[in-house]
Amino acid sequence: MRLFVEHVTTYTYDQPVRGVVQSHRLLPTQCQNQLTHRWNVTVSDGMPGGSFRDGAGDTIQAWSVRGPVDRIEVRVTGEVTTTDQAGVLRGNREIIPPVAWLDETLPTRPDAALKELAAKAESPTALGLAHELSALIAGAIAYRPGATDAHTTAAEALALGEGVCQDHAHALIACARLRDLPARYVSGYLFTDSDGKPHEAAHAWAEVWIEGLGWVGFDPANACCPDERYIRLGCGMDATHAAPIRGTARGPGSESMEIAVAVAATQQ
Amino acid sequence: MSTYFNEMIERGAVRPPYARLQGWVDQMPAELRNLKQAEAEALFRRIGITFAVYGEGGDPDRLIPFDMFPRVFSAQEWFRLERGIKQRARALNAFLADVYDRGEIIRAGRIPGRLVYLNEAYEKAVAGIRPPKNVYSHIVGIDLVRTGPDEFFVLEDNCRTPSGVSYMLENREIMMRMFPELFSANRIQPVEAYPELLRRTLASVAPEKCTATEPNVVILTPGHFNSAYYEHSFLADMMGVELVEGQDLFVEGEFVWMRTTEGPRKVDVIYRRIDDAFLDPLCFRPDSMLGVPGLMDVYRSGGVSICSAPGAGVADDKAVYTFVPEMVRFYLGEEPILQNVPTWQCAKADECQYVMENLADLVVKEVHGSGGYGMLVGPKSTKEQIEAFRHKIEADPDNYIAQPTLALSTVPSFVEEGVAPRHVDLRPYCLVGERIELVPGGLTRVALREGSLVVNSSQGGGVKDTWVLAE
Amino acid sequence: MLSRTADNLFWMARYMERAETAARLLDVGARIAMLPNSEQGYRNEWEALLHACGSYDAFMKKYGDPVQRNIESHLFFDRENPSSVVSCITQARENGRIVRTALTTQMWDALNSAFQEMRQIEREPRSDQSLSRLTDWTRRHCAMVRGAMDATHLRNDGWDFLNIGYYLERADSTARLLDVKYYVLLPHIDFVGSGLDNYQWRTLLRAMSLHRAFHWAYGGEITAKKIAHFLILNPQTPRGLSPCVEALNLHLDRLARYYRRPTRAQESARNMMARMYETSTESIFDEGLHEFLTRFIREVADLGARVHEAYLSGDVR
Repeated sequence: MRLFVEHVTTYTYDQPVRGVVQSHRLLPTQCQNQLTHRWNVTVSDGMPGGSFRDGAGDTIQAWSVRGPVDRIEVRVTGEVTTTDQAGVLRGNREIIPPVAWLDETLPTRPDAALKELAAKAESPTALGLAHELSALIAGAIAYRPGATDAHTTAAEALALGEGVCQDHAHALIACARLRDLPARYVSGYLFTDSDGKPHEAAHAWAEVWIEGLGWVGFDPANACCPDERYIRLGCGMDATHAAPIRGTARGPGSESMEIAVAVAATQQ
Repeated sequence: MSTYFNEMIERGAVRPPYARLQGWVDQMPAELRNLKQAEAEALFRRIGITFAVYGEGGDPDRLIPFDMFPRVFSAQEWFRLERGIKQRARALNAFLADVYDRGEIIRAGRIPGRLVYLNEAYEKAVAGIRPPKNVYSHIVGIDLVRTGPDEFFVLEDNCRTPSGVSYMLENREIMMRMFPELFSANRIQPVEAYPELLRRTLASVAPEKCTATEPNVVILTPGHFNSAYYEHSFLADMMGVELVEGQDLFVEGEFVWMRTTEGPRKVDVIYRRIDDAFLDPLCFRPDSMLGVPGLMDVYRSGGVSICSAPGAGVADDKAVYTFVPEMVRFYLGEEPILQNVPTWQCAKADECQYVMENLADLVVKEVHGSGGYGMLVGPKSTKEQIEAFRHKIEADPDNYIAQPTLALSTVPSFVEEGVAPRHVDLRPYCLVGERIELVPGGLTRVALREGSLVVNSSQGGGVKDTWVLAE
Repeated sequence: MLSRTADNLFWMARYMERAETAARLLDVGARIAMLPNSEQGYRNEWEALLHACGSYDAFMKKYGDPVQRNIESHLFFDRENPSSVVSCITQARENGRIVRTALTTQMWDALNSAFQEMRQIEREPRSDQSLSRLTDWTRRHCAMVRGAMDATHLRNDGWDFLNIGYYLERADSTARLLDVKYYVLLPHIDFVGSGLDNYQWRTLLRAMSLHRAFHWAYGGEITAKKIAHFLILNPQTPRGLSPCVEALNLHLDRLARYYRRPTRAQESARNMMARMYETSTESIFDEGLHEFLTRFIREVADLGARVHEAYLSGDVR
């Protein structure tokens, strides 16, 4: 499927800041699941910094903006051809071994309820366990935008019983790691939801390491494994680590952010 | 108890390195000694070399007690130590380069992967990133104890930012000022080249993108409230480099810059004295006020060098320590010159059982502890203390390791009643850059309390000047 | 040099000078308080002093009664008063400690021993301390730090930032002292030229250690005009405004040459100097001394802001 992406993030500051520094994980993963034809990232008044590929295979690009500045726009446009690999990430070059993804971080720290949930899965195979856990989480956390925020932990979302894709991914990561399956957070784009409607925000899911298969994606929010509707950008231990844009401004001003994402299938 | 090796007197005879010190002590009347001691203290206080201990009340400007009786190594003794230290520093760096690359030592089954990759100090953020000259730990502080004429054991490795080197340098300065006659009578190898060697070492690992002939090296300190601030500012001064705080640096474009009165100036090498977690809020702790946002991206794209490299701590972890002799064999194909202290991991059930059964004879430490806190010295503890510690181990066995109580060597020291043997350890500072360098000397810490085996300054330890004689 | 280093040197100097000002204010107060009561019943000269250092409200809230002992506490010992001798010396020593390696050993020794002795004084019973001993002590130690700096500091950019700090603070404090004398100390316009008036002027000169210098330079009666000329326009007066502005120009020009870059700070300083050269005592009194001084104090503050912006903030390009 040939997908067209337009993703604009606008930061505004209530008073001009002295400077802004950002770290972008905004390039499609170089793997067999997707082929990038054209990809362009611009930052208004931005100076590109260093660029490198990290240990998980993600391309990181640094940016900075010299102040005083009160508005910054990060614009991503591009075209990618995706293929369905049944959720398996193929051909990504990474140096970090799977075992390193068993560690926990604050948003994925398990509590008693998560442990109880993780223990419910009974499948004898790793793949079966991962599917079961994904389904359990989809059942335990109903999709409801606005119920949680960026800092909600997996344990909190489970207690609430509601959340968004970030919460589903965190919960699945926590449960998988509890069952000794390495797991990580993936950020990217999604063309259409399970009901066929266009997805109008950035998306996130989880990947679980299945010995013999490799990294396999699971999207509890849509009760499926990533297919040709998904574009993968990068991964990390949790949402913060895997964020497409991490940044900070120097100065006393307070920041507000607006995000617009459009993913469309282009004519073949 | 005379089972301890006394470095000065062996079987009633003065050992050769100390030959000329016997007369010096004999001829020093008590009044002169007290006078000199007071003079030394005044000098230390005047230069402001004080030590603040985290989490302790009392005077933040407390002095570490300085014992004027020097500790002496012969040239032959040092030669062997030097080879052992350099060997270990090379192996530790090879290990770091390996675990952030393909992890051959783990693939070969010589070290368990979980021990490394699930270690708190392992940084995913630098996996696959190759620092200049492939050096991760540029200053390796190796803590050694001695139990006999030829028996040295490594107590622990410090691959991040070992502190205390300012004491090594200042102790020598003060001894030279107070007892110049000792230095003309003994042929003592100087240590004063250390700051210059450190500067050269750091400059030798400037990043690829640095085109300047003289790279701009800076020392990054958490600030003047830090207990080691004196050392940071002392080293910056001796090296002739700027001492900066996070707020003095900023990232723009592909580089790190410092704010000066003349405008921004590019920084090439950062000798950081702050922990990984605080280096860059964009990469590690988002709440860090000490670091520089964007620093890690510049580092990872080759715009600046950070010494020691983020993630270097995985080599000096107390659980990884057990495997250092294995690293020497695996990477260097050599037999280790310096021995490890046998160590039992409480994380392993059978070893934990042994530890529990022998608590009264062992030293038990926290895996991530430092400063002599949270440790049990079995033979020096009461039954109650041992039982209390037993509960702590039971509650969290992974957090503890145990070692036999070593018969630490003693060196004569000035005490209330005159001169008496006191237990010592040794921390030399090995510099790793384009070359490996070691100045002939180190920091000798001494347990000034009679019978005490704990040399940490926070627990009543003091320091001595450490001499290495020329051949 | 690092902007933060320059900032610490600048403030170290300012705080030392400010400590000295606090001591001098105490001296002025003590001497004036020895006068017999004036007719208007405006007895409390101490109160006037508090206006001078701008801490009247804070003082009244904390102590209420402006008697000598309270003023002493406030101007010397009170750590809650940022302009007290103890606060200033503590701050100066802290600024110095942060940039220890930018100071010479002698400077640090002088600064640190002032701090250590001060802590000793704080521990002694108050009854053992006469006011004159406290003010002498302060002046002596301020002079020692200044002397160590003059004698040992490398004549580099750090030297200029130290001096800019000293002279900005000194210009500000002399202007304030002068202003206070004219508008606060003297209870009524009728007293101008009276014995009381002369006594107050002399006291002010003594407090600035300029009493003898004045007589050498002018002789005869003390008049407001002579004093104004002496403290504002005379280029020989050590704590005078004109020499302060001259020194500020000197050090800012050195910086501009050293860095090969002039800034708005040099521009401000040069304008201040030009105005100083053009004015006369007559025109100052025509404008009104108070008005003149108020304007001058504002100009000093603006210059401080420009120095900060150009060199100390680290945001310069």
